[in-house]
Parts: sequence; structure tokens; C-alpha cells
Amino acid sequence: MKDDNLLLSMCLVFAPLSLMAIGGGSSILGQLQYSVVDSQQWLTNKAFMDMFAISRVAPGPGTLIVTLIGWHLAGWLGAVLSTIAIFAPSSLLVVAIAYVWHRHPDAAWQKALIYGLAPLAAGLVLSSVYALLQQARGGWIAWCVAILVAGAAQTVRLGPLTLMGLGAILFCALLAVAG
Amino acid sequence: MSQADPLAAKPPAPVPGFLELFLAFTKLGITSIGGGVNGMMHTEFVTNRHWFTDEQFLSGLALSQSLPGVNVANLALWLGYQCRGVAGAMVALLAVLLPPAITIILVGDVVLRLSAISAIATALAGLAVAATGLSLSVGYLAMRYACTDIAAVVLFLATFIGATAFHVSALVVVAVLAPIGIAIGFLKGRRP
Repeated sequence: MKDDNLLLSMCLVFAPLSLMAIGGGSSILGQLQYSVVDSQQWLTNKAFMDMFAISRVAPGPGTLIVTLIGWHLAGWLGAVLSTIAIFAPSSLLVVAIAYVWHRHPDAAWQKALIYGLAPLAAGLVLSSVYALLQQARGGWIAWCVAILVAGAAQTVRLGPLTLMGLGAILFCALLAVAG
Repeated sequence: MSQADPLAAKPPAPVPGFLELFLAFTKLGITSIGGGVNGMMHTEFVTNRHWFTDEQFLSGLALSQSLPGVNVANLALWLGYQCRGVAGAMVALLAVLLPPAITIILVGDVVLRLSAISAIATALAGLAVAATGLSLSVGYLAMRYACTDIAAVVLFLATFIGATAFHVSALVVVAVLAPIGIAIGFLKGRRP
């Protein structure tokens, strides 16, 4: 019975986030962290950040962090249900819009959608970055490394995995020296 | 003369079967490491396989990036739908998610056990911070792209402040601002 409640509350936490993920999975990380760590207290902050790191290095979309959280909390059934909860609502919306698009291929409402949602996407992603860095280990070191990695991503032609690797090495070095 | 023209004689690309669709989208899912759609997918789907026109692919990409949901999953749904309707969309989504979902559980299990070791815990913390840096870069680019006028800047600031300051009601912030933004977009489109 307790398990059933956990599965249900997992679905209730993840499904609304699906529709909030405007602009992609990075938009909901702040809210996801707040929900599973602070509000529901399903995970410690360390466990959440570990899973975040894993989801970014593993192949596939980073939002599969939700699959990993579900598996960690409630095994394979938890993994399956949390994955459905995070993907089903937004997927239904996309298919519905694909259907309408097929019948009314008119660029005006496509432009309106993109214009109206792009600022929300940017705001949500940057808000998530702020929330994650506030909770990250290392304090100011975390902020410095993140800003350096972001700067490098804009200026140097390196893949995301290489940038993450270099950033992690820098973080460990700074933590060893100054932490 | 028109009969000799190879372009005119070119048959339309055959509609891909479900297995073909599944395999192609598996590749899209696995190669989307670190976020973002692999640029090679355009070459693969449009130039090589002729499954989609340029316009179909690019409008799908633009919409899948702005609509709620994971970009890669949305793109798969969109393109799968263009090929084979709702069933095609489901097959493409499954192909994008299933192999990486199984991988992350298997890898995650091992790594989470290892993270009890202090050195590995520090390395993971470093990876998380660096990954946040990549998000910062994406967010910065998204902000520069989105903020084309005052209304967009206001929407951006309202979202950022709303989502940062009021955790519980971040969903409400989105539910209120999304229709407002789309409505402004419509009005702007009508103006000559």
C-alpha cells in the first residue's frame, strides 16, 4: 500500500513537469530538484546531483534522470511509470499539434508559438542553472567552473563530453587546493 | 527531353517501414549525449534517406525545441508522425527512449554504488557542475535568441524571477505566461 502511494505520488510530481519542460529537459531541473529533494524528500541533494551527473554523461536525453530517480525509489516499475509520467503529457501535446499542423500548415501560429515560448524556455533554463549551482558542492568554485565551462562552450569547438570532463577535472583541482 | 531529365524521373522516396524507423531513431536517441540534437541527423534523414523535406525537418526542429518536452523526443514524435501517423510517432519515441533508458539504469546502478568512495563522489560533483555550465551556455544562447524586443525581455525576466523565487508556483508561472507569450506572438504576426 505504501508502495502504491509512492508510485502514485511520483506520477503526480513528474507528469506536470512534463508540460513545464518548455525548451527541453534543462528547463525543469530546478523544479525537479526542489520537488524530489526539498519538498518530497525522496533523495538527498548529493544523490540528486550524482544522478544529474550520470544523466548528462550517459547516452540519451538528460531527462532520463527521471527514469533513474524512479528506478532508485521503486525499482523497474518505478522506472517505467516515472518515464511515462515525464514523457506522456508533452508527447500527447506534440502529436496533437502535429495533427493540427498537418491540416493547417500555416506558418503564422508556428511563429507565434516560437516567439511566445522562447523567452520562457530561456528563463526556465537559467533559473534551473541558478537553483542547481546554489545547491552544488564547492560554493564559489562551482560557480566559477560552470561559468568557465559555459564560456568555453561558446568559444572553443569541443564536444559536450570533453567540456564536462575538463570542467570536472578543474573542479576537483580547485576543490583540492582551495576547498 | 523531360524524359531524359534524371530529376524529373526520380521516384518519391518510399515510406520507411516501422523497423527501419525504429533503427534510425535509436541512433538519434543514443547520439544525443549532453543535450541537443545531433546535427548529423539532418544529413541522415533529409539528404541521405529523403524521408523528409528540408522544410518538414526544420519546422519540426523549431517546434520540438519550443514546445514542452525533451527536444530529441519531440523531434522523434514529429518526424515519426510525418512518416507513419500516430503509430509512427510512438515507434520513433520508443526508439529514442528505450535503449538509453535501460542504459542509464544499468550504468546508474553501478555509479551510484561507487559514489560512496570519496574520490568518485568528488568527480561526480565536478561533472554535475560542468554539466550545469553547459546548461548555462544553452540558456545564455536561448536568452539572446529569444529577447528580440521589449515584450520578450519582460516575458524572460518574469519567467526567470517567477521560477527562481516561487518554487511551488513555477508551474503556475508557466501556465500564465505561456498563453500571454503566444498571444503577443500572434498579434505581432498580424501587424504588417
